[in-house]
Amino acid sequence: MAKFFPIGQVMGFVFSLVLTFVALLVYFTDMSMKTGMIVLLVTAFLQAGLQFMIFMHAGETKDKWSIYSNIAYGFGLVIITVLGTLLILLWDMDM
Amino acid sequence: MEFFERFMVPHPSFLIYMSMVLIALVSIALVAVVTYFKLWGYLWREWFTTVDHKKIGIMYLITALLMLFRGGVDAVMLRYQLSMPENAFLTAQHYNEVFTTHGVVMILFMAMPFITFFFNFLVPLQIGARDVAFPRLNLISFWLFFMGAMLFNLSFVIGGSPDAGWTSYFPLADNEFSTSVGTNYYMIAIQIAGIGTLITGINFITTIMKMRAPGMTLFKMPMFTWSALIANLIIVFAFPVLTVALAMGAMDRLFDTKFFAIGDGGMDMLWANLFWVWGHPEVYILILPAFGLFSEIIPTFARRNLYGYNAMVWSMILISVLSFTVWTHHFFTMGQGAMTNSIFSITTMLIAIPTGIKIFNWLFTLYKGKIVMTTPMLYSMHFIPLFTLGGVTGVMLAMSAADYQYHNTMFLVAHFHNVIIPGVVYAMLAGLTFYWPKMFGFMLNERIGKATVWVMSTGFVLAFIPMYITGLDGQARRMYTYSEATGFTTLNMVSFIGAAIMAVSFGMLVWNIWYSFKNSPRNIGSDPWNARGLEWATHTPIPSYNFAITPDVTNASSEAFWDMKKNGVEIFKGDIKKIHMPNYSGLPFVMGVFFFILGFAMIFSMWIVAIIGLIGVLGCMVYRTFEKDEGFYIPEEEVKATEKKYEEMYKKRGDK
Repeated sequence: MAKFFPIGQVMGFVFSLVLTFVALLVYFTDMSMKTGMIVLLVTAFLQAGLQFMIFMHAGETKDKWSIYSNIAYGFGLVIITVLGTLLILLWDMDM
Repeated sequence: MEFFERFMVPHPSFLIYMSMVLIALVSIALVAVVTYFKLWGYLWREWFTTVDHKKIGIMYLITALLMLFRGGVDAVMLRYQLSMPENAFLTAQHYNEVFTTHGVVMILFMAMPFITFFFNFLVPLQIGARDVAFPRLNLISFWLFFMGAMLFNLSFVIGGSPDAGWTSYFPLADNEFSTSVGTNYYMIAIQIAGIGTLITGINFITTIMKMRAPGMTLFKMPMFTWSALIANLIIVFAFPVLTVALAMGAMDRLFDTKFFAIGDGGMDMLWANLFWVWGHPEVYILILPAFGLFSEIIPTFARRNLYGYNAMVWSMILISVLSFTVWTHHFFTMGQGAMTNSIFSITTMLIAIPTGIKIFNWLFTLYKGKIVMTTPMLYSMHFIPLFTLGGVTGVMLAMSAADYQYHNTMFLVAHFHNVIIPGVVYAMLAGLTFYWPKMFGFMLNERIGKATVWVMSTGFVLAFIPMYITGLDGQARRMYTYSEATGFTTLNMVSFIGAAIMAVSFGMLVWNIWYSFKNSPRNIGSDPWNARGLEWATHTPIPSYNFAITPDVTNASSEAFWDMKKNGVEIFKGDIKKIHMPNYSGLPFVMGVFFFILGFAMIFSMWIVAIIGLIGVLGCMVYRTFEKDEGFYIPEEEVKATEKKYEEMYKKRGDK
């Protein structure tokens, strides 16, 4: 029976709603800037990962290795670029 | 009348008026010739609407050669202006415009289409595919690139050229300091061509990942295909940064946003940062396919397999990652601290390691090889020492403390020409000579070809080695004139002579094409060089379906054709079946025209026309969504008949 009922998708949907709700808390409760940003960043990345795995079917085909390595590569480059830019223009700029 | 004033060139000169007349005359002559020979139908049916990767490739090639001519004329003008102190050939403004367009045209509209030509022509053949993964999208890429290039080239006769350097740094590029529409051309024409390039990147990654012949694992791909895969990967990750930066720059100029403006919270340094986040990987987008071509040519004429295949692949993968970690070395002097500069100095020097590995692998391939010195091989042999010289000066520039001494001097100009010309341009011309018979069925003349290489290298050394010296002596880059007291005169004159000699070598290349077209024998078979890769395993001229039977390389190495020839490995198994091919389409051309209208209107802030162009672009997409296009089959009999025709042709001509 498990095959006929898309349990993974339903759970994924519920979980993504929960994540959205948690992110909304930042707006409706009185959090500090720091906590709020942490909550937003964590929920955002979890949400993206969830959508990617469950609703965009990233891990379901034979080429999942190339899809994941592509994402990891892109992720690494974004982190390098953002950190590098912050380093150049903010953290280490004599102004 | 007021409406038309915007199209005037703000700083006209005799040269510009002359070019206007010439452009008009050449355009009229072209239209007249095509009409006289009734070629419009042929061009439309066979070329403008083609989705055949080989023909799209050749259209890229023609554009690249035209742009090489245009950028080359710019270069000679620049060198002539500097050949004498206080020269009045160009004014300061005109000089700025010429070096800006020289840079943009050579990098984005010459080198980029040249490598895209090789992607298009070679990748499907090397992996045994019938076409790319998305043939229609491939044609859209071409037309977007072409329209972007034409738009950019229009700038110097309509509205004025961009004049803020090919890097177009803000705040200089902002409205306050660049008042003509020139920099709008820069922002929008490159944007349109860049979208085309991004699409090409996605297309070729998909093609290489999904359409390889049975048995071709990743580590059995020919080296050029590997380099194409890595280069396209870099395209997909680097070009979005350019897209965003150009969009922000265009908004600053057209809609008065303040991303890069100095006042109102804008950050001019962010442009330099974003530009080079794209710009440095771009360098590797250009050089990796060049390395790939040398890796095809050197084993062929050393008559042995490539030394260190795995090392070659892994060094390219390493370069692709490192290329994204070094961008700050383009602006060491911008004001960030010593710590940042040190980090980026080290990452920059790290790139020299995988590049060095590649150089040594080529040398080891030559070692104990039976070298045949053909024209493509001669280019490769000139490439190795000259490129290494450029690499070494690159490491000099990478040392940030030392870089403060030669930042923005002619030393830098000499360095990057020293890597781009012997690296990229030599590879392109070597590859062009090497694959010419595969494309057109006759070989380029070897004697003229070899003479061209020698003349070109002589010109190159004379033109660029003096710049290292004047650069270290303090001649600044982009300075339009200098006084005699500086002592730069002699070396700059030598440099101009070198540039003129390079122009002669370009003329020799064109002459060679004409001469060989007239005189070369046509009975050369399909493997005139005794080559090794799968791309040589098909007929010449290549049939539209590439291979009658899909090759199976399970038992072959990365040099499948060599294994077939010399070791009797069977790669064409089974019978000829019907072949599925994509349909031609005129839509990409139409879409390109709408993009041109959109771009042109945006440059001149003609919003109603721009909206019409935008609606046209979107309309093409909507039309495509509802269009059913399932391609067509070439029936089995037709394929067999074509194959038989080739056999008869070879017999009749007495091919070897």
